[in-house]
Amino acid sequence: MGKKILSPLPVTAAALFLIAVMFSGCGSDKKKKAGENIGLDSTEISQDLIEDIGQAKKIFYSLPSPLETAMLIKNAGATYNEQLLNPISNASKYTTNKTRALNLGIYTTDLSFASLFDQTQTSIDYMNAAKQMANGLGILDAIDNNTIERLEENINNRDVIMDIISETFMNSSSTLTETARPALASIVLVGGWIEGLYIATSLVGDAPIKDNMLVSRIVDQKLSFDIVLKLLDDNKDNTDVAELIKEINNLKATFDKITITSSKITAVPDEESNVTILKSQTQVNITQDIFRELSAKVSALRTNFIS
Amino acid sequence: MKKIFQLAVIVILGIIPIGVNAQCKGFAKKICKVELNPYIHDGNYHAAILTVGEEAELYKTFYSATDYRISVCGTDNLGDIEFKIIDADRNVIYTNKSQQFSRIWDFRLESSQQLKITVKVPAVEGVTGDIPGGCVAIMFGFKEK
Repeated sequence: MGKKILSPLPVTAAALFLIAVMFSGCGSDKKKKAGENIGLDSTEISQDLIEDIGQAKKIFYSLPSPLETAMLIKNAGATYNEQLLNPISNASKYTTNKTRALNLGIYTTDLSFASLFDQTQTSIDYMNAAKQMANGLGILDAIDNNTIERLEENINNRDVIMDIISETFMNSSSTLTETARPALASIVLVGGWIEGLYIATSLVGDAPIKDNMLVSRIVDQKLSFDIVLKLLDDNKDNTDVAELIKEINNLKATFDKITITSSKITAVPDEESNVTILKSQTQVNITQDIFRELSAKVSALRTNFIS
Repeated sequence: MKKIFQLAVIVILGIIPIGVNAQCKGFAKKICKVELNPYIHDGNYHAAILTVGEEAELYKTFYSATDYRISVCGTDNLGDIEFKIIDADRNVIYTNKSQQFSRIWDFRLESSQQLKITVKVPAVEGVTGDIPGGCVAIMFGFKEK
């Protein structure tokens, strides 16, 4: 009996099981020890953070989804400009996993943007373009013909459309992660994030940046850029991600020129609405030249992604 | 015969994690996502298999003047799931422990911030034997203006 336990089969199987588990997490995550550097200054670690030192942790880096990005742009008072979207005629050009993943994110952001501005036919066209990218990546179930039919049937029902978009995005990223391709899932997220940044910076153009709500949203992306780098770093062993890190690092020098300082957050619960307001004040420092530099770099990056 | 058996074991072991994670997605969609209503699910999906005592962390930027709902839920076998919202200075700005382990929290920020969410499966007193594992999902919703 003892010999059976020590035979090569269980050892091999156990090793394979461990390998399979390691490569099939839910979401863009990675296991790390609590004491490892996770981008926080270890000299400032509070009691709350050290109470579980020694236990394994799962770390998630969450970027704004295409739907959230489009909503932020719209809520900042943006207008709709279809010329800014990646033409659907480009879809057939994307034949590698990297370009398909990037443009799945880009087309999903375009789809979200068009939908929030009630551009019904454009929404259907961009859902088809996203489907083409998903099919190319082998995630056929993420966006199927039923999805397109549901979209067509509910094209005048904003709530259902939002639900379809969020569900297809969740299906795409989760299926990639489940099939041991979290690196591609991270590329999809970065593609969508860059598209949002491109649309927003293009809509501002040469307009003055002072008291411009859309510019405020763009400046906020400095906070998300930090998460972009961590997300990609978690998947840097993948050659496509390693290449993307080099490309996107070009933005770092410009984001570093923008300063954001915040006061302490005070949580104030509103018992009537049951919503807690997190009160704080922020001081932002950006010049027109820095904004112009950021816009130019984002545009060049996005041109590279859709070419 | 032995090789066929070995191959079968390898295939099965390779499929198990995918099956477990697919169940996790199903759980997140059926339970966690529903709790976001009437907020719009942003489409992001964060879920993991955790056991008692294990913890997960999530980093996300939340934008000013946007209404958010966070939904944190775990499979029934895990019991109550504890979550905290922590700011960049490591101040705990919310914990559901003081709210009877509520699975949702609605909030709005006056200025955009990168926050950390920690999720923990607390140990249950008196429970001995195998440490149970289950799916824990973290999802976000927002309101369109």
